[in-house]
Amino acid sequence: MFVLVVGGGKVGYYLTKELIESGHEVVLMEKDRARAAQIVDELGSIVVPHDGCEGKYLGEAGSNRADIVAAVTGDDEDNLVICQMAKHHFDVPKTIARVNNPKNEELFRHLGVDEIISPTRMALGSIEQDIPVHELLHLAALDNELEIIEARLLADSPAVGRTPAELDIPEACSLSAVVRNGVVIPLRPDMVLQEGDKVIAIGRADCERLLHEQLIGGTEEMEPA
Amino acid sequence: MKLVIVGCGRVGAALAEAFDNTGHEVIVIDLSTRAFDRLSPEFKGQAIRGDGTDEDVLRKAGAEGADVLLAFTEGDNRNVMATQVATERLAVDKTVAKINDPVRAAAYAELGIATVCRTTMLTDAVLAFLGLGPTGMPSVIAPVPHVHADQSESVAAPAGVPASSAPAHLHAESRRA
Repeated sequence: MFVLVVGGGKVGYYLTKELIESGHEVVLMEKDRARAAQIVDELGSIVVPHDGCEGKYLGEAGSNRADIVAAVTGDDEDNLVICQMAKHHFDVPKTIARVNNPKNEELFRHLGVDEIISPTRMALGSIEQDIPVHELLHLAALDNELEIIEARLLADSPAVGRTPAELDIPEACSLSAVVRNGVVIPLRPDMVLQEGDKVIAIGRADCERLLHEQLIGGTEEMEPA
Repeated sequence: MKLVIVGCGRVGAALAEAFDNTGHEVIVIDLSTRAFDRLSPEFKGQAIRGDGTDEDVLRKAGAEGADVLLAFTEGDNRNVMATQVATERLAVDKTVAKINDPVRAAAYAELGIATVCRTTMLTDAVLAFLGLGPTGMPSVIAPVPHVHADQSESVAAPAGVPASSAPAHLHAESRRA
């Protein structure tokens, strides 16, 4: 596999290093000459010391025969352009972009970037898991605005003492399992939910409010003024 | 008409003034407030500090549903991104991005983005002044590259390299200083 990595910061450097170690052909583009020279010293002459946003250099680095282009610079707009140039101008089958502003994730996907890496989203996700201020936790984001959500049932939650069949679950959602006392139980329609159950659901992000109401109960702050 | 101009450099400021003077609603956005010193004290439009590639910033500035967004920052990529955010997320009707890299400009024109390439524009202007033929690269590219019916060679050739030095059929001679 030939991978073209653009951006020789920490992410680009370690990504390149790991890829070389697992036997792939890698070229790294880094526009800062001093930084590029430093990486050559450490990883060998696999560095093109030019700006990967510049069409000419992206071509010279071999993007037209790359299987994957990974744009991991610190700037969202650069990563977008690198991926779009790779995809549309050099016909690269797969493009990966690092995204810092979580708002850009959907836009980038829409504009044709195949994979998004979002350090901000990942950090946000693990902070939300560690600090259970919400009863509804985002466990993971899937493709097409789908999410895996965990709902913790409280003593006064409307779902307690009822079965999934009795609940009015939004159409675009599916309750898939319950974690009870640390054990995962596949959710059956006739299973009675209990306080302390963690219900795992997969659904569209915009169903979140309905799901919250059905499982945990209405929320004070979410009502629009 | 409501226009949003991202980047208040010389060109951005000049465009902002021109549209303001002709009675249009103008919003200028720049990362630095000092850039707004380029605007005259009579400028009646809005000058907003912020990142013009950030959807939230553009929305807050009132860019949603604008007729035109012109991206003229120093960064080609910021311009490309600003126009795409405007088109895809903010329902802006017409956008133009300044892209100084000719290869990138041609590539984005193929993707439906109107681009202006200063590099080609200046090169052609100088060549014309010296009585030489133009580069053959288009400097102002409409979103859908219009291929002349009688010419089979197209502006949107897949490779960015102009292998055949294309004949001059694009406006270089009209911009003599």
